Amino acid sequence: MRTLDTGIPEPAFIGEGGDHALEVEHVSKHFDTAEGSFVAVDDVSLAVRPGEFLSVIGPSGCGKSTLFNIIGGLLPGSAGRVSVGSSVITGPHPSIGMVFQEESTFPWRTVVENVAFPLEITGVAKVERLARARHFIELVGLAGFERSYPAELSGGMRQRVAIARTLVSEPRILLMDEPFAALDEQTRLLLGDKVLQIQQALAQTTLLITHNITEAVQLSDRVLVMTYRPGRVKRMVAIDLPRPRTSEVVGSDAFGRYVAAIWNDLREEASRGIRDDESRVRRKR
Amino acid sequence: MTRRRPLAALAAGVLGIGTLATVLVAIEALIRATIINPFVVPLPSAVVAAIPRIFAEENVGHRFWQTAQEAIWASALLVVIGIGVGVALHRWRNVRLATETWIAALAAAPIVLMYPLFLVIFGRSATTIVMIGFVAALPPVILKTLEGLQGARPVLIRVGRSFRLTERQLFWKILLPAALPTIFVGLRLGLIFALINIVGVEFLINFGGLGQLINELAERYDLPGTYAAILFVVLVSVLFFMLMERIERWLRPMS
Repeated sequence: MRTLDTGIPEPAFIGEGGDHALEVEHVSKHFDTAEGSFVAVDDVSLAVRPGEFLSVIGPSGCGKSTLFNIIGGLLPGSAGRVSVGSSVITGPHPSIGMVFQEESTFPWRTVVENVAFPLEITGVAKVERLARARHFIELVGLAGFERSYPAELSGGMRQRVAIARTLVSEPRILLMDEPFAALDEQTRLLLGDKVLQIQQALAQTTLLITHNITEAVQLSDRVLVMTYRPGRVKRMVAIDLPRPRTSEVVGSDAFGRYVAAIWNDLREEASRGIRDDESRVRRKR
Repeated sequence: MTRRRPLAALAAGVLGIGTLATVLVAIEALIRATIINPFVVPLPSAVVAAIPRIFAEENVGHRFWQTAQEAIWASALLVVIGIGVGVALHRWRNVRLATETWIAALAAAPIVLMYPLFLVIFGRSATTIVMIGFVAALPPVILKTLEGLQGARPVLIRVGRSFRLTERQLFWKILLPAALPTIFVGLRLGLIFALINIVGVEFLINFGGLGQLINELAERYDLPGTYAAILFVVLVSVLFFMLMERIERWLRPMS
């Protein structure tokens, strides 16, 4: 393994002992298309420690969304296995709560009805589920908007509703796929603060899929960098920035060094992706 | 939801009623000047004057209720069978592929001309009228139900799966509410089709509510009465639309 330019030693990330909240072992996924089979995810292994914030970063087309769907149990992998504690994932698992990239609130439900949704499904009594929903609405900073409809909220607020809705079922692992991708940079930074605050308060084990380097460094304990097609593990970077962290950390020198190091890795991959796209378009012409 | 300012709403209302009144006054003037033949188009003032008369002599209130009842039955059938078929077609892809084009073709078919067949099956009764209204209105309800279900955003279904909903929960908690606004578009269209056909068949088979009354008044060459009766058909449709809107708002407050 290579050592980062930052001089920070690179940690081992699998088989390091201790319990893991989530383990991904040698997971691969290939898709059969008209132009033949292509490998989206190739032999990816990672382990998330309890209470840890781990990000997976990679260029577009590195199979990170595929990985998200496999871990969430929405898509079967072609090889390898994902396990939570002692149970192997074969479908959506009650210990894993997912937050999606796209706007995913139910427009026909108020904020509190949206957040209480998972509890309604599991048959929690109305009074209790509303109380629990209110607690998480407060946690994401939306107190006072309980009776609003998603259409009345901004994009950032709606995404917070979606996060609260996932947190309300108290999953052991929070799995997020670029939840802030549709938001502007400032909202993204501030929402990152909010997510960190919640993550620290709940000691919530979190796995974030992202393509945003700033976001990954701002939030994570460790960042896993993936390669472009097929998606492989390129490097694991431990982010040794003090906690509690806020978005102010963005201005620090250490932050800049992490961003630079990760970008250095990603640049090769992203440019490979762009070249690949260009040649594909050229072939089609 | 943005609520229109009351003043702007008032202005729009005044403009609407004002336009209608202006057109009526213009027609009245054109008829009085015999530019429009008074034996073809009755005076608007005579139509208004005929309203108390058709209440007293023609029992228009009762006729109105008969037509409204037929429309209620047809709507009930549309909700149960129309939406039901739409849901079934969504569920069974092969059946959908096999029948979708035919259903769309049926939408363009003049079902009302098949009234002799319906007469043979259901007799000269309100059932015939309800059935023709229902069948004629079926295609838009089926097709819009299907469109609404297919148009449900995939991410919402993935949310449902991630919360481990059963197929039944997925349908009732996510698919159906997501499709509801489009289904209501279908129901509104269907209701228009149903009402036109109901009144048309009443007219054709000379049976039942307002259609029959219009038929009779026209045969008697009572033009003001005929037009006054037509106003009541419009009233049925307006009332149904208001009712529909109420139900939709109750079912889905934010649409």
